[in-house]
Amino acid sequence: MSPELKGLLLVSAFKAVGLFAALMVGVIMVVWVERRGAAMLQDRLGPNRVGPLGLLQNIADGFKNFFKEEVMPSGADRGLFQLAPLLSFVPAFLMFAVIPYGAPLPGLDFTLPLLGHVVYEGPLTMVVADLPIGFLFIIAFSSLAVYGITLAGWSANSKYALLGGLRASAQMVSYELAIGLSLIVVLLIAGNVPLGDIVAFQQQTGWFVFLATVAYLMFHIAAFAETNRLPFDLPEAEAELVAGYHAEYSAMKYAIFPLAEYAALITMSAFISTLFFGGWDIPFTAWDEQVATAWSFEAVLRGALTNAVFLLKTLFFVWVFIWVRWTLPRFRYDQLMFLGWKVLLPVALVYIVVIATAILLLERAGVPHDLRYGFVLFLVNVPLVVLLVWGLDRRRVLKGTPRRVRVEA
Amino acid sequence: MIGVKVMRRPDREVSYLRATLKGMAVTFSHFFRRKATMQYPEQTSQEGFWTLSPRWRGTHRMLTDEQGRAKCVACGLCPQICPANCIKLVPGEDEEGHRYPLIYEIDEFRCVFCGYCQEVCPEEAIHVGVHYENSEYDRQRFVYDLERLCAQTHPVSSLWDPADPKGE
Repeated sequence: MSPELKGLLLVSAFKAVGLFAALMVGVIMVVWVERRGAAMLQDRLGPNRVGPLGLLQNIADGFKNFFKEEVMPSGADRGLFQLAPLLSFVPAFLMFAVIPYGAPLPGLDFTLPLLGHVVYEGPLTMVVADLPIGFLFIIAFSSLAVYGITLAGWSANSKYALLGGLRASAQMVSYELAIGLSLIVVLLIAGNVPLGDIVAFQQQTGWFVFLATVAYLMFHIAAFAETNRLPFDLPEAEAELVAGYHAEYSAMKYAIFPLAEYAALITMSAFISTLFFGGWDIPFTAWDEQVATAWSFEAVLRGALTNAVFLLKTLFFVWVFIWVRWTLPRFRYDQLMFLGWKVLLPVALVYIVVIATAILLLERAGVPHDLRYGFVLFLVNVPLVVLLVWGLDRRRVLKGTPRRVRVEA
Repeated sequence: MIGVKVMRRPDREVSYLRATLKGMAVTFSHFFRRKATMQYPEQTSQEGFWTLSPRWRGTHRMLTDEQGRAKCVACGLCPQICPANCIKLVPGEDEEGHRYPLIYEIDEFRCVFCGYCQEVCPEEAIHVGVHYENSEYDRQRFVYDLERLCAQTHPVSSLWDPADPKGE
């Protein structure tokens, strides 16, 4: 085995295992944040007895789930019933593979006791799989998650679960449209799909949240629907469907669904921060953009700081997801479809035309890809956001339930 | 007339984004508010924020006179009025003709905490208490005898006053 192959295998294994472990711990922490955060927003304290600040509560719950009985509903499709939790769990973790989480490190060249000589040609990018298809991979695998939920609902032989699964499939397919169209705007500006290139582009022109504000808003709204979080958690809809698609699951098979939901939540947050908030970019400095060629304290510090910044951004969006969940009530199904097809879709199409025109004019004028480019696009976005928030959103969008029954006092 | 708060809901059209942001501001302001949770074993209702109503009807307490004797004169009104039939009273009489209870037991498991015994008592002897921590390891321990009823120290209930229904 050549030193280069050994280096590649070692680095890949290290990244994959490390990221998986970090995500698993992250999921447990995020469930804790959700429970404590929800409690705090509701003037309660939340679970605070198991471990310091209640941090071990979810691990205790996990142990409990291991020892619970697995119930197989009569008439369930055995194979699919077993498979469905995995189908929703795996994509949530796979999606993270293409997201870069830090500045690249220098290459490796050293000798280890058992492995022998190991070489990894620099720069060592901090991403598990630097795929050339970039965010298309994420789009593909986020739609794979639909299968997990739909099959869970379908295979359980339960009307509630089936309704939840059907809702999930319709909802996620509808909102994938909004996600895809808002990503077209990102693609138009950045000109390429790998997330590393998108981060690099944002370092030159400014974050895409300023260059493509409307696309960001649409993406964020659609992300709620894609992760089945409130206000779009109709697949679960405790009030109507018992527990929706996972109504018939028990023990660890059940626990995998929330695990997958929170993993998808983290991945979506990381995705939003990568696409629209510069990924691991530290704002107001170009120091993080230099690529080190040799190992030094500065190179390690750069890696650690960019990791921390990326983590902060991701956690912020995780918190936004949680915050919105405990703020908004659930949408009605027709309102959900109305928003997806009649609001987000036309807005996205108009926005693509506007941005494409602006980019065409910018390229014709020969504006280089730096802050000036970003500033012009930002100026294009300002009136659009004003139009959206103070025009379209002003008492014209969401129809309330018509009052059919009038109660006479 | 019952005071019911009727929410005025918009029955026509409202907004998405701005309403959401407004709602998020409201929920976030709650993040820093004082929490309603009582961390029970460490904190109890004595500590200010969570106070029991003075009209709370908990386990009984027998008041005593200056010599430490129960005020009860064994008139028999409390077992008479008790709807749960949980008071056992055997009256006795001393040489001077003063009546006193030979046996006075209350089965707190049978008691429905209506407070009639306190209302009916002419000597203001038996009271229901402002108190809720009653755990025991044995069912027998829930039959409180006279000695135990006299030894209770918790505050007694003020009961509901028909002349002052809101307790003002």
